[in-house]
Amino acid sequence: MTPLPRTRHLLAGTAAVVATAIALTGCATDTPASGDAGKAATATSVADFGTFADLEAAAKAEGALNVIALPRDWANYGEIIDAFKAKYPEITVNESSPDISSAEEIQAAKTNEGLDTAPDVFDIGLTVALQNTDVFAPYTVQTWDDIPDALKESTGLFVGDYGGYMSIGYDSSKYPEPKTLEDLLGADYKSAVAINGDPTQAGAAFAAVGLADVQSGGDLDDFQPGIDFFSELNKAGNMLKLDVTSATIASGETPVVFDWDYLNATHVADNPDWKVRVFPGTGYAGYYNQAINKDAPHPAAARLWQEFLFSDEGQNLWLAGGARPARMEAMIAAGTIDADAAAALPEAPDTVVVPTEEQSTKAGTLLGEKWAAAVQ
Amino acid sequence: MTTATPVTPDGAERTAPPRRGASHLLAWLGLAPFLAYVLLFLALPTVLALASGLFDSDGAFTLDNVAALGDPVILTTFWSSTWLSLLTAVVGAVLGALVCYAMLGLSETGPMRTAVDAAAGVFAQFGGVMLAFAFIATIGLQGVVTQLLTGAGIDIFADGPWIYELPGLILPYVFFQIPLMVITFMPALSALKPQWAEANLTLGGMRASFWTRVGIPVLAPSFLACTLLLFANAFSSYATAAALASQGSQIVPLQIRTALTSETVLGRENLAGALALGMIVVVGVVMWLYSLVQRRAARWQG
Repeated sequence: MTPLPRTRHLLAGTAAVVATAIALTGCATDTPASGDAGKAATATSVADFGTFADLEAAAKAEGALNVIALPRDWANYGEIIDAFKAKYPEITVNESSPDISSAEEIQAAKTNEGLDTAPDVFDIGLTVALQNTDVFAPYTVQTWDDIPDALKESTGLFVGDYGGYMSIGYDSSKYPEPKTLEDLLGADYKSAVAINGDPTQAGAAFAAVGLADVQSGGDLDDFQPGIDFFSELNKAGNMLKLDVTSATIASGETPVVFDWDYLNATHVADNPDWKVRVFPGTGYAGYYNQAINKDAPHPAAARLWQEFLFSDEGQNLWLAGGARPARMEAMIAAGTIDADAAAALPEAPDTVVVPTEEQSTKAGTLLGEKWAAAVQ
Repeated sequence: MTTATPVTPDGAERTAPPRRGASHLLAWLGLAPFLAYVLLFLALPTVLALASGLFDSDGAFTLDNVAALGDPVILTTFWSSTWLSLLTAVVGAVLGALVCYAMLGLSETGPMRTAVDAAAGVFAQFGGVMLAFAFIATIGLQGVVTQLLTGAGIDIFADGPWIYELPGLILPYVFFQIPLMVITFMPALSALKPQWAEANLTLGGMRASFWTRVGIPVLAPSFLACTLLLFANAFSSYATAAALASQGSQIVPLQIRTALTSETVLGRENLAGALALGMIVVVGVVMWLYSLVQRRAARWQG
């Protein structure tokens, strides 16, 4: 039986990236001596607290958790935060700056260092994660073994938690289904195609260029074919340069959108005719990572939050939001997966690619030089 | 929306010659809050921007960031910022001056004049995301006006959705430039003395000669000064553009945001400092010109 999507594709692509990650950070940490079990800030697993109940007690005693950059309509985070609050009413969840970027999360941690307002946990893209391992505390959740090696830094400095494929979302009541990337250049999509952000700033937009690149026959070593595609799209008068939000989807201002499939999937709430299309052939995948601030003002709550995110409940909540959770394979095997939500995911592409850090950096530099001129 | 402070052309008020002793000290004390303000909100950020632009991320001195200002992408951005600001400043200044002229005929304390003054005050500050939204709702792709025009067979977006590109910024910018011009230029226009008109008439002049010989020469420095202020206002505007145009970071403030917040091109935070430095230089030159012009304008007022 395979009504369930083939996550293996996604993981295979990611493996190379995290291999680099591990090589870079492998020697970054030592496990603290087992004597200081009471010190939440240096705990690297539940065992350092004693039992899971001890961790819960320590987190409740702290009474608060600072999360940052978690938009409520992103990968079902609204429901995830609410579920955590319902489970631990003693812990106040402070949500700050939901719309900032991964890079700004790290800045927020640095500028608020030593303050109660500093973020306890991060949700970050891989590029930013790899460059900031000195800001993270290593921690391995109880379900650690279920997480594919390809997704996790070996000491738990950062761990991939949810991901998906780059996709096209479109208003099916006004636009035909795009069968291939080339279709978007046609007259049917006049003034209609937007990217979620600027590729020189946002990870999702960067991935949109990556998808255009591999779908136009390019490879990840050179993003130029992807840039050329958007340049053509712009010349055809089809490209929209407005930032995509739930409001622009609801009003019909951005009717065709490049975005992660799980983000596009949430727009059905804004527009019932919204459909998501993942092109066959080569797909482009990406995972977001969790990490704990090493100077977290609420270290126990931060660790409890991680445990919650990687629990069956947390993982299924991501799945309900259309994202592919890190423990998906293991949960399918264990039968704890939300099968209906899994079956609702769009069909996976035939092959999947993820850029390595080196390819990312190179593509970033190229985009910095070429993007503004290409879409002018 | 704006970091420029509307400056009332004055110069009439000369401070009394400083007296010795306690009152002298008091005068300095009175100035202290302003000095602190200038230090904290003007001098300190300038120094920080300068500093971050001149050092790399490891804290070593470097000219790389400043050299990056010569990059073609950055130069294009500065050019886009400059022409956009210049165009909207001139259009705003001319239209704003016409509004001021029209208001001259109204009683200074009358309800119409008061209403226009109040509206100008509000609209000059109506910027950022609110303004961007207002424009999207009216002449965006699905906007009310756009739909009406489409119904009438006019497609304003036949050449592509320009509203979300650089040209699309002109209209919103002019929208807040005109009222700012009204606020800053009106006092200069009000300062035209009726006696001058009377003198002109007594000497056999006509209405036209009053404007060509007296009005325009007297007002020209103020007009120029206000235009420069409008330029600085547009040059430093950020939020409206950020909400409207998401691709390509085509003006300098957006380019600074990219350097600071990008999650795909890392390690360029210090370039933001160099960009800010470039902006400080441009606005500094404009403000210097402003003070030169303003000094001339001050001669006629009071």
